[in-house]
Amino acid sequence: MAEPQRDLDVVVRLQGVRKAFNRGQPFETEVLHGIDVRLQRGDFCAVVGPSGSGKSTLLNIVGLLDRPTSGSLQICGEETTTLNDRALTRLRGHKIGFVFQYHHLIGAFSALENVMMPMLGAAGFPNAAMRARAIRLIESVGLGPWQNNLAGQLSGGQQQRVAVARALAMNPAVLLADEPTGNLDTKSANGVFELLRQFNREQGTTVLFVTHNAALAQRCDRTIEVIDGQVA
Amino acid sequence: MLTVWLPFEWIVALRFLREGRLQTLFIISGIAIGVAVIVFMSALLAGLQGNFISRVLSAQSHIQLLLPQQITRPLRGAATGSAAQIEGAIVQPPLQQTKSIDQWQALVEQTRRMPEVKVVSPVTSGPALVLRGSATRAVTVTGIEPESYFRIVDFSDKLLRGSLRLGGADVLVGTELAHDLGVNVGDKLHITTAQGANSVLTIAGVFDLGNRGANQRMTFTTLHTAQNLLDLPGGVTSIEVTVYDIYAAERIAQRIAAASAVQADSWIKNSAQFFSAVSAQTTANTAIRFFVGLSVAFGIASVLVVSVVQRSREIGILRAMGISQGQILRLFLIQGGLLGMAGSVLGCGIGALGLVGWQRLARNADGTPLFPLVFDADLFYLALALATLTGLLAAFAPALRAARLDPVEAIRG
Repeated sequence: MAEPQRDLDVVVRLQGVRKAFNRGQPFETEVLHGIDVRLQRGDFCAVVGPSGSGKSTLLNIVGLLDRPTSGSLQICGEETTTLNDRALTRLRGHKIGFVFQYHHLIGAFSALENVMMPMLGAAGFPNAAMRARAIRLIESVGLGPWQNNLAGQLSGGQQQRVAVARALAMNPAVLLADEPTGNLDTKSANGVFELLRQFNREQGTTVLFVTHNAALAQRCDRTIEVIDGQVA
Repeated sequence: MLTVWLPFEWIVALRFLREGRLQTLFIISGIAIGVAVIVFMSALLAGLQGNFISRVLSAQSHIQLLLPQQITRPLRGAATGSAAQIEGAIVQPPLQQTKSIDQWQALVEQTRRMPEVKVVSPVTSGPALVLRGSATRAVTVTGIEPESYFRIVDFSDKLLRGSLRLGGADVLVGTELAHDLGVNVGDKLHITTAQGANSVLTIAGVFDLGNRGANQRMTFTTLHTAQNLLDLPGGVTSIEVTVYDIYAAERIAQRIAAASAVQADSWIKNSAQFFSAVSAQTTANTAIRFFVGLSVAFGIASVLVVSVVQRSREIGILRAMGISQGQILRLFLIQGGLLGMAGSVLGCGIGALGLVGWQRLARNADGTPLFPLVFDADLFYLALALATLTGLLAAFAPALRAARLDPVEAIRG
């Protein structure tokens, strides 16, 4: 009976995932060669590997931004490779949060509004509940006093904290962070890492964390090393 | 602060426009200038055309019902054993005699019942000679029913002296004829016709039709007096008709002609050159509107294409957070529509100001407006609707491009 329970806790499951670019052309390149990965609820997993090894491609596939050429990808038990774009978008919006290397906030909106954005997109209209949740999140990343500042009025570290709060807005099952500390100084990088760790522990959010920082990778529960498109 | 009652797409579209305010301001100004040109030109040309047409049609009816031209048929001999026929070698055109329209009362009633018809007035006219001492002048005597005819040709602004009350022995003469004969209101005129009738009529009024030839030639008297002079007792030579839609005059004339045995000539047919000039002006106006509209559309499209390129990373991020392709499409369409609408509101205002300025500045020597301008509210509503629609259509290609952006490529930049 233990195995089915563990299956219920599986948030991400990749089986034999391959990804090739420029398919059918002379310069077709396969960057992922049959990846098998399983992430449980509450996992805090680092993805490491040299540049060009396929880490970001793996993250884009897990994040439903890109489709695998072959293989299976399940998010919270739902097979995604057969879903159409609309269903993928809905699943992405409700189950997956992203934090990118270059924070990428929407410049026309304040920090608070950026955090509200995924909820607003899903609900269609703003409401008091989403505002209250956004305030809670922005305060939890320590930016309560700066919540009404536009993105451009925040430091790089602060912007990345807003991006973390935004990624958690829809209470996702998995948070994908693509080198979120790569563009920050050590202190800010540590701050962002601790923030992700805190949400992972408190809310059980699964985190897949791409990094080149060996010290940060060592502080994760698991490490997946990707070399030449394969899990080492 | 996010506006509670606005949907997601509107909030983002408005913020994007506000963030790129200089770009937004420039394109709204461009649209406004285009719309102002369209509004100003349309009102100006409508006023000009209206003025031309009212000048031309104020002294004539829209449709004239006449007896068909009398024609001569070739003389044909009987067939002699074969299908061949013999025709007379010489066919002489007949003399066009002044005759009455048969059953004209029934035709008048029938025409009056047509919903497109405004006024119907029977007229008897023919040539006559005016005698005054040793002077003689050839004129056209026009017998009218004053109450209906003056609704077709408004004499109130054409009468220089006297009154429009026409009795059985009264006549209205043109100012040139009065001058040539040295007569004025109250003087007597001796009128004689080829039919041998004579009458002495009193000048009730002197008019100016704005045309020297018409002022020398035209005289107006009652229908009954003209019938007596022209030896057409109870008859009329034409029936004058005005219609509500002047541009439908030819179509209505053809319907009347098809349903009766008269020749129906519309003002469009009679003034073919003038009508073609008016049509050419309308075509030119339409062409100007089309090309200005096209330039507005390209302006909106180019600004939005630039916006899509500038915001591709933000679009990618929005897609990554679960915003659908449809939502991205709509938020760019909304931007196009809003640009078109804002530009057209401003443009209508500028156009209206231009029209007011024109009306104040462009005046005749006596201070009256050069010609009345048409402030048609429909023109403004139409400009507003068309510019908004143009904005939406122009935004479609960039919006589609934004919606189809690959989020991975967009985020990577």
